[in-house]
Amino acid sequence: MIKPPPVNTTSLDARSRELRRRIVRMLEKGGRGHVGSAFSLVEILRVLYDDFLKYDSRVPRWPQRDRFILSKGHGCLALYVLLAEKGFFPESELWKFCKPDGILGGHPEYGKVPGIEASTGSLGHGLPIAVGFALNARHEKAGHRTVVVSSDGECNEGSVWEAALCAGKHKLSNLTVLVDYNKQQSYSTTYEVLDMEPFADKWRAFGFAVEEVDGHDVEQLRGALKRVPFDSSKPTTILCHTIKGKGARFVENNLNWHHKNKVTEEEIKSLLAELEDPS
Amino acid sequence: MRKTCLDMVYELARKDSRIFFIGSDLGVGTLKQFKTEMPNRFLMEGVSEANLVGMAAGLALEGKIVYINTIATFLTRRCFEQVALDLCLHKANVRLIANGGGVVYAPLGPTHEAIEDIAIFRTLPRMTILAPADAEEMRRLMPATVDHQGPIYIRLGKGGDPVVTNDRVPFQIGKAYPMKEGSDALIVSTGIMLKAALEAAASLEAVGIKTGVLHVPTVKPFDQETFLEKARPVPAIVTVEEHSVIGGLGGAVAEIMAEAGFQTPKRFRRIGIPDVFPDQYGSQASLLRRYEITAEKIVSVIRQLRGLEQPQPQPA
Repeated sequence: MIKPPPVNTTSLDARSRELRRRIVRMLEKGGRGHVGSAFSLVEILRVLYDDFLKYDSRVPRWPQRDRFILSKGHGCLALYVLLAEKGFFPESELWKFCKPDGILGGHPEYGKVPGIEASTGSLGHGLPIAVGFALNARHEKAGHRTVVVSSDGECNEGSVWEAALCAGKHKLSNLTVLVDYNKQQSYSTTYEVLDMEPFADKWRAFGFAVEEVDGHDVEQLRGALKRVPFDSSKPTTILCHTIKGKGARFVENNLNWHHKNKVTEEEIKSLLAELEDPS
Repeated sequence: MRKTCLDMVYELARKDSRIFFIGSDLGVGTLKQFKTEMPNRFLMEGVSEANLVGMAAGLALEGKIVYINTIATFLTRRCFEQVALDLCLHKANVRLIANGGGVVYAPLGPTHEAIEDIAIFRTLPRMTILAPADAEEMRRLMPATVDHQGPIYIRLGKGGDPVVTNDRVPFQIGKAYPMKEGSDALIVSTGIMLKAALEAAASLEAVGIKTGVLHVPTVKPFDQETFLEKARPVPAIVTVEEHSVIGGLGGAVAEIMAEAGFQTPKRFRRIGIPDVFPDQYGSQASLLRRYEITAEKIVSVIRQLRGLEQPQPQPA
């Protein structure tokens, strides 16, 4: 029997709702986007940028910054909203999403978007590049960290596991992978398309120290990140149990919202209604 | 050529701390001295080429210059997307040292024969493709790869290839070198085929057909200016390469000629591997003979183009 999609009842605070409302506004302007994939990620990225990563948005290439790669590049709506809020580029760019005169497209691009360390979009590229970053930091005895956000769907790619073997071999304790573990991919559940279970055991077998958290629980995410690296001789994996589309009930676990084209005014209204602050 | 290339990586790395070497699962003892003297910049990361290219990109984005070495087909066929995105899109300073360009690995069969590597990499924006003629040219070429911006593909011959260049032939990325002048025909060659081109030109000269030779060690970016200067006065042009006739040196020359608007008519032929996977083992030399990538064939084709010989009927 194929396992049902997950349930998560963690409630979202005002900041999480506001970030999602901004994603909806970008969606409205661009007319398209990976909504479910972005909603799944909001708390992971929010905690990284609010509490964990070291950066200076006025000097995006500041050498001591932590390196961050959104390897599941299609979740970029959530990342763009945070980068704009932190001052990497003007907010006006958000409203030019996927437009010819904008810098923000359906996948993040290195060299075009301040704060983006690597162009992603084709899956399975982020972790190998991050291994290079982390090896370099160690070689240079630099203290900065390298963080990758991947997803369970992305982990279908063989290159993820080639890179995981390499990170494990080199005991890259300065490398952290957060996996948006929403058990959904484009066609169906991960259980049906390509079952990754036992997922945590796989990462452990590849040489990572692993913890699992509720990926929508800000306190749990903060707590786990505070303990990174979990083992001083291993790279870290945090499996973040999430809900694809989290925050709008009709989007949650709804595969039709993995990527949405030709979004209607009605749909935008419904999304914003779901994300309204309680009066 | 391969030994010279790797020796040069070691020599360059001794002088430049930005240089890293990454191998896949190379032969025992490869770059032993590099590993001993600079262990932190020597990486042997296993049969995981996609990851090799990605991690090299990561190092390059941090300011390092990374030389990767493994078999050509694995770098080109298997890693095409990593090369396109991680290297070309990011303008990463990674140098791909590709063992066995062409049919060097004849005894190992089609899985190891890089017959379309130039063609597929030639389509990639920002890619540079180098195919030197011999070990001496490799020695002159390698220093130019250090500070070049963007990825480079370095196509290696078999090793022990006869030396046909000398110090009088300089090396600059992006330049084609006239090795011999001639007003009746022009042979354009890349890589180790320079030797056959020079031999053919000498034979033709002996029978009164003045034949020039243009050596193209940088296939991309192609030195269009020098090519057109040498092509304009001659009525017959032949390309020769240890590569498919589709999309490689011959393809590049054909594209330029079609758009050149020559004032005088030209006759043109590509010599290379036909549109097949090599179907025999043997040696590089035996496969080159099988596909008629030889000095004799160049002579024959130029005689045909000059109207001195009838084309031979193709076997059914």
